[in-house]
Amino acid sequence: MAIPDKRMTEADAVGELQSGMTLGIGGWGSRRKPMSLIRELVRSDIDDLTIVSYGGPDVGLLCRAGKVKKVYSGFVSLDSIPLEPHYRAARQSGSIEAAEWDEGMLLLGLQAAAARVPFLPTRAGLGSDLQALMPELKTVTSPYPGPDGSEAEELLAVPALELDAAIIHMQRADQGGNGQFLNSDLYMDDWMAMAAAKCFMSTEQIIATDEFSSHGSIHTQRISRLMTTGVIERPGAAHFTECPPDYARDEAFQKEYAATAKSDEAWDEFRGKYLDVSESDYQQIVRAR
Amino acid sequence: MSSILSDQVTRAEVCCVAVAECFRGDGERLANPIGTIPMIGGRLARESFEPDLVMTDGFAAFAANPLPPGADPADAVVEAWNPYPQMFAVLWNGRRHVMMGGSQIDKFGNQNFACIGDWHQPKSQLLGFRGAPGNTINHTTSYWIPSHGPRVLVESVDVVSGVGYDRAAALGPTASRFHEIRRVVSNLGVMDFETPDHRMQLRSVHPGVTVDDVVEATGFELVVPDEVPESRLPTPDELALIREVVDPAGLREKEVPNP
Repeated sequence: MAIPDKRMTEADAVGELQSGMTLGIGGWGSRRKPMSLIRELVRSDIDDLTIVSYGGPDVGLLCRAGKVKKVYSGFVSLDSIPLEPHYRAARQSGSIEAAEWDEGMLLLGLQAAAARVPFLPTRAGLGSDLQALMPELKTVTSPYPGPDGSEAEELLAVPALELDAAIIHMQRADQGGNGQFLNSDLYMDDWMAMAAAKCFMSTEQIIATDEFSSHGSIHTQRISRLMTTGVIERPGAAHFTECPPDYARDEAFQKEYAATAKSDEAWDEFRGKYLDVSESDYQQIVRAR
Repeated sequence: MSSILSDQVTRAEVCCVAVAECFRGDGERLANPIGTIPMIGGRLARESFEPDLVMTDGFAAFAANPLPPGADPADAVVEAWNPYPQMFAVLWNGRRHVMMGGSQIDKFGNQNFACIGDWHQPKSQLLGFRGAPGNTINHTTSYWIPSHGPRVLVESVDVVSGVGYDRAAALGPTASRFHEIRRVVSNLGVMDFETPDHRMQLRSVHPGVTVDDVVEATGFELVVPDEVPESRLPTPDELALIREVVDPAGLREKEVPNP
C-alpha cells in the first residue's frame, strides 16, 4: 500500500499561512474545533485574516488576539454559553468587519466554492435585512419560468466562499490525510476542505489506513486525502471544545476562558498561562488541572 | 385568578399546551421547537394529538421517544440521522415547523435576535442571524416569548432576522409562497396573524391574565377582537404527560415562574 506521508506539526501548517488570507475553520460552535492550530495561529505573527466559521472559541480567540479583519459566520457561540464574549466585544467595539449570514447560506457559499461556481441560489435571506446590511449579497433572476407559469423567481445568489486555507479536526486520520469523524455530525468540514486551496487537518490519533474500519463504519470516513494538504497528530487538539467519543467539552475551562473578556488583566493572565506556551506544555497544564 | 390555575395547573403548563397547539394539524413534518418550554410543548403535541410529528434529539438525530429537555442524545431511539448539513436540506425542502425565540418582534412578525442597535457596530451583539432568514422564508415558523413586554414586542425591530408578513408581501406571491408565521406564544397569552392585513392579534389570554395586561405589555397596537377567550388548560392526560413523561424534572417552572 502506497500512502503518501503528509504528517506535519502545527508550526509547519501555520508556516504555510500568510497575513491577509481567507481561512475556513471546521467544527460548529464549541464542538470539534481545530484548537491546537488556533493556538499556534495566536502565537504567530499572522494577522489581517478573513475567517469563515460556524463560530465558537476559534473566532473569539482570534478576534481577541488581534488576528482578524473580517468574520463570515452564521453565529458565534460557545453552546453552553450562548454568546461568545470576545466576538461580542469585537463587534461592539467595531474592531472587526462582520458578514453575519444565515447559517444555511454559509453552507451554500462553501458548496459554491467547492464546485468552482460563482454562486448558488437560495430563497434564504429574501425579505430579511441581510441584503440591506451586507450589500455584497446580490440577487439573481431564474432563467426558468416560476411555478404555474408565473414570473421567473428572483433568488439570493450566495457568493462562493473561496478559502485560501481551511483547518479542520478529525478524531482519526492516516498519514496520507484521510480523515474519520466519530461523533454524530461531520458539520461542514468536508465542504470547508473542498472550498480551500489547502486544508490542514489535526487529529486525535494517526492510525494505519486498514485500521479505520475497526474504529467506525465506512460512513465515518468522509475526509479523503484528495482534500487535505497536511495532517497533524495531537491528542487533545480540540480542547476545550468537545470531541466525542474521545472527550467532552471542558466546561470549567470554557468558563475560565469566557471570563477573560471581563478585563485586559484577565486576558493577559490567560494568554500567559495557556497561549504563550508550547502546545505540548498546554496539554500538560490542562491535564494537571 | 381562577382557582384551577393556582391550585392545580401552573402558568408554565398552560404555556406548554399553547405551544403544543401551534403544531396541531402539522401531521408528518419536523416539529422543531427551540428552547425549554417549546421542546416540552412540541413533545406534548406528539405524545397526544399530533402523533405523526418528527422531532430531533436536540443534536444530530430524529428521536422516536419523548426525550425530556437536556436529555443525553445517547438515550434517543433514533428514527433517522439528521446532521446539520441534512437539517438545512430539510428546511429548504420545507417539511418543517420551527419555533424560535426573539429578542424583538413587531406587529407583522418581523423578528430580531441578531443584535440591539445599529448592526454595523451594535450596542449589544446577540445571536446573529442564525437560521432565521432561511427558516421564515422556507417553512412555517412560530415564536416563543417567555417575558412578554414592551421592549420585546416593539413597534419596529432593530434588525429583521426573521421575515414578517409585510416584508413577505413586498416580495410578491411567488417568493413568499412558503412563508407562514403561525403563532406567537408568550407567558401572558397567544397571538396570531389571522387578520386581513396580517397584523398580530390577541388569540387568547392565559388564565389569570387580562386583555389589558397584554395590551399594556405590548409596544405596538395589538389587534384585539371583541371576544378574547382564555387559553385552554391541559387535560388530565396532558398534565400527566407533561409532569411524568416530557418534563419530569420540572424545568418548565424555571422558565416561566408561576405568578
